[in-house]
Amino acid sequence: MESLTLTDVEQKYYSDLFVYCDTDNTKKVASNGRVLDLFRAAQLPSEVVLQITELCGATRLGHFGRSQFYIALKLIAIAQSGLPLRVESLNSVKDLPLPRFVVGKNEAEARHAALYPDTDSQGLYPASATAVIPRPPARGLQIKKGPATSIALPVHEVIQPLATNIEPQPEPTSPVVSPDQSPPTSPHSWRKHQRQHSGGNVDRQQPAVVVAAAAGAVWTQFREPPTGPVPGEGMWPSHSPPLPGQESWVSFTADTPPSSTIPGMHPSSAQDSTTLRTAAMAGSTNEMQRQSSCYDDPWKITDEQRQYYINQFKTIQPDLTGFIPGSAAKEFFTKSKLPILELSHIWELSDFDKDGALTLDEFCAAFHLVVARKNGYDLPEKLPESLMPKLIDLDDSAEVPEAAADVGYSGSPVEDPPNKSPSMPSLNQAWPEMNQSNEDTAIVHPVPIRMTPSKIHMQEMELKRTGSDNNNPTSPLLTNPPELSEETNLPASMKFAASNSGGDGYSSSDSYTSDQEPITRQRSHSGTSPETLKVVAAPPPPPPRPHASHSRSSSLDMNRTFAAVTAPGQQQPSTIAYPPAVPPRPLPTQSSAPHTGHRGDAEGVPAGGAGLTATSPHQIPQQPNFADFSQFTAFAASEQPSSLPEVDTHSEAGQVEKAPEGAGPLRTVKSDGQADERTAATVNSAKGASGPLAPPPKPVRRRLKSEDELRPEDEPLGPQKSNIIAAVLATQPSIPRSVGKDKKAIQASIRRNKETNTVLARLNSELQQQLKDLLEERISLEVQLEQLRPFSHL
Amino acid sequence: MAVCISVIAKENYPLYIRSVPTQNELKFHYTVHTSLDVVEEKISAVGKSLGDQRELYLGLLYPTEDYKVYGYVTNSKVKFVIVVDSSNTSLRDNEIRSMFRKLHNSFTDVMCNPFHNPGDTIQSKVFDGIVSGMMVTAG
Repeated sequence: MESLTLTDVEQKYYSDLFVYCDTDNTKKVASNGRVLDLFRAAQLPSEVVLQITELCGATRLGHFGRSQFYIALKLIAIAQSGLPLRVESLNSVKDLPLPRFVVGKNEAEARHAALYPDTDSQGLYPASATAVIPRPPARGLQIKKGPATSIALPVHEVIQPLATNIEPQPEPTSPVVSPDQSPPTSPHSWRKHQRQHSGGNVDRQQPAVVVAAAAGAVWTQFREPPTGPVPGEGMWPSHSPPLPGQESWVSFTADTPPSSTIPGMHPSSAQDSTTLRTAAMAGSTNEMQRQSSCYDDPWKITDEQRQYYINQFKTIQPDLTGFIPGSAAKEFFTKSKLPILELSHIWELSDFDKDGALTLDEFCAAFHLVVARKNGYDLPEKLPESLMPKLIDLDDSAEVPEAAADVGYSGSPVEDPPNKSPSMPSLNQAWPEMNQSNEDTAIVHPVPIRMTPSKIHMQEMELKRTGSDNNNPTSPLLTNPPELSEETNLPASMKFAASNSGGDGYSSSDSYTSDQEPITRQRSHSGTSPETLKVVAAPPPPPPRPHASHSRSSSLDMNRTFAAVTAPGQQQPSTIAYPPAVPPRPLPTQSSAPHTGHRGDAEGVPAGGAGLTATSPHQIPQQPNFADFSQFTAFAASEQPSSLPEVDTHSEAGQVEKAPEGAGPLRTVKSDGQADERTAATVNSAKGASGPLAPPPKPVRRRLKSEDELRPEDEPLGPQKSNIIAAVLATQPSIPRSVGKDKKAIQASIRRNKETNTVLARLNSELQQQLKDLLEERISLEVQLEQLRPFSHL
Repeated sequence: MAVCISVIAKENYPLYIRSVPTQNELKFHYTVHTSLDVVEEKISAVGKSLGDQRELYLGLLYPTEDYKVYGYVTNSKVKFVIVVDSSNTSLRDNEIRSMFRKLHNSFTDVMCNPFHNPGDTIQSKVFDGIVSGMMVTAG
């Protein structure tokens, strides 16, 4: 698609334009903002421009390389000729006129009009590349005012530029640095960027002053009327000309603009402002509009705007992650004096999840649309992309950059990050914080999960949860496609509760386990929750042991932690009597046995795996001659090199002497595991479990390893294991203490059994998962059947 | 597929009515109006016995030689009436049901809009879009 042949004239024209746009002098990439300004100047509808940018590949790349730029220019020419935009037409259309970029004032096209002030750059694009670029310094001032553009700016900013405009051509270098200005810094960068991009606005100065005066005057005009109970009333300008946004925007909330920003300098100019404003309209409008549409997307919310919206949101709903109910929103937006029909339409556009309430994102979008409408922009038929509530999928980091890329492309790269929903970064930050906080909190109950995988609901749930329950780590987890419903949670938790019921001291940790397990199951990579488990599990049961690495490679961190804890932990087993001792022991086997028929996905495995590994590590401190794990580690090393190093270090603790013995019982255990493995293999053919009859140790290992591969949740396994270890360990205490000479044999058998248990438990969970899936299928089929069944009325 | 789609309020006045414009709209308005009697009849018949178990989908209300009329009533006694051309290969029942479901969902969305007062005519563009989608292929 990129093969493009240009005529000489085109080549020269395009290269000039490219140089013009190449503000960073990279010779490779045209800065997005300027490019998009240029495209705006082509007087094409925004949809066409977007299509062009897509076609030329810039959307894909995220920037305009030289080839993309040329292609885009050609497409613009094609579009301007009225031809449909096709990639094929790039090379096939002959005698295509050069793309035209309108440079002139036009108030009419409020939205996408070419907004390059005429004077110097009129029709000079091809040649004026170099001439245009030096402009910025002169425009520094205007830029300051720029932000006070069509779509709003906090009032104080508007005023400030006016103040500074009084002085002629001040520091162009620091256009955004007005000492009194309090706007956030990011707009500054935005403005600077804008400065670089607006290109060629020579005589901004004049209109700048005028506009600033107008802006300030209008604003003060609004200020003067009493900020009565209905501030919006008097504030809305009776003059309805589509002023560059800031006035109407400001007036909309004139009751709330920061009082500190009242410049107090323009009361006198209030009267003049009206005439001045109308006079300035001509000169300023296009500039304002230009800066408003700035980089392309008129729907993009600038930082100041967003900040303002957030403040407004707070006045209604102090909790930024909460909702504004419909009634409150209705009152608020009714103040804008827009017709109800339009407000209704705005609501439909902005209430993304159709829940009758506005989240922060939705509110910002709605506010932005109101402002836009006030400024004469027509409401779109569907929500513009940049206004879409950013669906925060914390679990899926790919989404976030992708959304950012999509949104950001239409705007300047600089603006992109600030324009992301403020709640998104906060949520992103909240999530890790929540995880850390989880270490101290107990998740005692499984949280119901919505089955619909829609991101809307994900975000909604997430917002609700982050707002309501910061300690609940499940909220980010819920962003995962909720394959695991409550059903999974409950059976899993119940299973473990049953298996661990014996341990009084471990009940809390067990509940953690049970709750964390389903949660961790949902999250394929919730690395932190295992640590939570691990930490939580520490107090009553013996701290996590360096488990046999064979089950999960992830337990790296776990191992480290275990290592740290091992030393003190080892004291505990000997001292703690493990009250429940025997009872818990049979339970895991029993619970896993009946569940054998319910193998599910690997997701269920963590429980099993945890159990398996749990048993082994726990045995280590108590059975100093338990050498299995050295064998395991040896095997694991062959297949899971990553996890072994830690495991090795840990297993060193008590395994040296066990080495000779380990092989034997290991193989026995493995053979036991083979049967399970075969079952598991047949059930989980996808796992690619190796042949059951491979060298005895290998099959189990491989199966475990395949499970590992399938189960990215390595980390959770560790803490789960530790908890399960704690539970299972309870069964062992008495045995090792018994007869000395039989000790090893008993320990070996115990080991074997435990491993079998673990394997079976894993199989069980997998089967359960499968069962769940099948049940879902069945339900869906039943629903379909229901639909197809002829109704009874006729 | 539908020729005419209408939403009737609880008090039996129309909240929304839309027909394929090429045809005599008045005829459809009249048809919808008369079908309300059938709807009422069905509601009352079922309501006595089952109470709130009444099914929302009422099914074919009134077949004529030209078209068929289907009805659906929500729990708030808002009625949806769809008139379908008989000449169309007869739509399967579940298709009609799905149309009603879509209508109901859109209607709910409209109701959720705080700027919409219950009892007002429905002026939502989104709702219009959905209705048009359903009528697009009408004869």
